[in-house]
Amino acid sequence: MCLAVPMCVLRIEPDGTAVGDLDGVRHGVDLSLLESVAAGDYVIVHAGYAIERLDPAEAQSRIRLFQDLQTSRNADAGEGNP
Amino acid sequence: MNFLEAFRDPRMAGMLRDEIHELAGRRGKRDRPLSIMEVCGTHTMAISRNGIRSMLPSTIRLISGPGCPVCVTPPGYIDAAIRLADSGTHLVTFGDLLNVPGSHSTLAEARSRGAAIHVVYSPTAAFAIAQERSGTQVVFLGIGFETTTAPIAAMVDRAHQIGIHNLSILTAFKCVPPALHILAIDPELHLDAFLCPAHVSAIIGAEAYEPVCRAHAIPCVIAGFEPLDILYGIRGILQQVLHREARVDNQYNRVVKPSGNRKALDLLARCFQPSDADWRGIGVLPASGLTFRENWSTFDAERRFDLRVEKGTVNPACQCGNVLKGKILPTACPLFGTACTPSRPIGPCMVSNEGTCSAYFRYEGKGVPS
Ligand code: SF4
Repeated sequence: MCLAVPMCVLRIEPDGTAVGDLDGVRHGVDLSLLESVAAGDYVIVHAGYAIERLDPAEAQSRIRLFQDLQTSRNADAGEGNP
Repeated sequence: MNFLEAFRDPRMAGMLRDEIHELAGRRGKRDRPLSIMEVCGTHTMAISRNGIRSMLPSTIRLISGPGCPVCVTPPGYIDAAIRLADSGTHLVTFGDLLNVPGSHSTLAEARSRGAAIHVVYSPTAAFAIAQERSGTQVVFLGIGFETTTAPIAAMVDRAHQIGIHNLSILTAFKCVPPALHILAIDPELHLDAFLCPAHVSAIIGAEAYEPVCRAHAIPCVIAGFEPLDILYGIRGILQQVLHREARVDNQYNRVVKPSGNRKALDLLARCFQPSDADWRGIGVLPASGLTFRENWSTFDAERRFDLRVEKGTVNPACQCGNVLKGKILPTACPLFGTACTPSRPIGPCMVSNEGTCSAYFRYEGKGVPS
C-alpha cells in the first residue's frame, strides 16, 4: 500500500497542483507536502500526493557506483588470466 | 531519463548476487543463517516478484515483517467501519481494505448488501464525495503507515481550510519504528538486520532508525524497491555484519533525506499525537499509532459517532499473526493454497497485494492452483 512511483513534473497548474508524467501517461499530483516544486523536477507520488523529490544526480551516481563495482570485479577476475 | 530500467539491469543483478555470495562465504560456517527482516510489504512483493530469495545463498534468510498496513489492521476496525456503513454513513476507502475480514464480514459484503462504500485511489477524492453530499456524513478509512498518513493529513488540513464539515476519518494509523523495537528483541526471531522501507523513510527520514539501531545494535539499511536496490542493500548489511558494525545506512538517498520530509512531519505533528495501537496478530504496541489531537477532534470519526472500536475476532485457523511476526512462512499455514487463496482469502495476508501469503502464493511458486 506504500507503493509510490517516480514522476516527472510537466507543469504546475494555477491551483498549485502539478501534472506529472509516468511512462507517457499524465496524472494530477497534489504538491501540498513539498515546498517549491517546479516543472522538470522528479517527485515520488503516493496516493495522488508527491511525498518527496527524487534527486536525478543521486540516481545517476548510484548507477555509476554499480558500474564501477562491476568494472573492478572484472579487473580482479582478470588478474589470474594471461 | 529512465531511472527504473537502470535499477533492474539483470547483468548488474548477477554481479551483485556474486558479491553477496562472496561476502556470505567470508562469514564462514554458522549454526543459523543470517536473518534479515524486510519490514515493508512493498519489499516483500518486490523480493518475491524478482526471485531475490532464490538468488541468495542458504546462509541468508529473508523474513517478511509486519509492513503491510492492510494486514495489520485489526478485525475490530473493520467491524466498526461496517457498523458505520450499515447506519447510512458513506465510507471512502482504498480498495485494499475491501476484502479484509472483520469478525463476521467484509466491507465488500457490506457493499453488496447496499452500503455506500466508495473506493478511491487518492484521499483527495474524499473531498468531492463529501462536497456532493453535504447533507450526508462521509467517513474516510484512514489506515496506513507514515507514507499514507501524510497525504491523509494533507487532505484533512485542506478540508479544514475550505470548511468541509461532513467529512471525518476513522483512524488506524501505524508507525514503523515502534514495531521495530519489539521485533528486534524477539528471542524467537533472532533478527540480525533490518532492510528498512523506502517510502516510509521518505517521510520519517533515515535518522528515525537511529534509536532502534543503537538500542539493539542492529544494522538498519534503507533500500529502494528495485531489484538492484534490494540486492545492494543486502550487500550493505553483509558488509556491516562482517565488520561487526551496526549503523543506519541510507542506500535510497536519491529520495530519502536524513531528517525526512520536514513539511510532512510538521503537518503530522500538528494534526496527530502518538497513541497505543492494536496490530493484528501482534497486539497493542505502545505509542505505535497516531490519533487526532484535541483541536482536530471534529475530524475524528470515533468521537463524532461515539464509536467504539472493539477487539474483534479472527478465524482461529489463520496463522497471519505468526506470518506477520516472521515466525512462520505462509506455506506452514495449513490453509495456505487450499482453503485460503487470493480469490478466496481467509486472512488479510492473503487479501492484500502486499501481504506475505499473497506474495508467496503468486510468485514463490508455492501456491497450489485453485
Ligand atoms: S494462508 Fe491464509 S489463513 Fe493462512 S496465514 Fe495466510 S492469510 Fe491466514
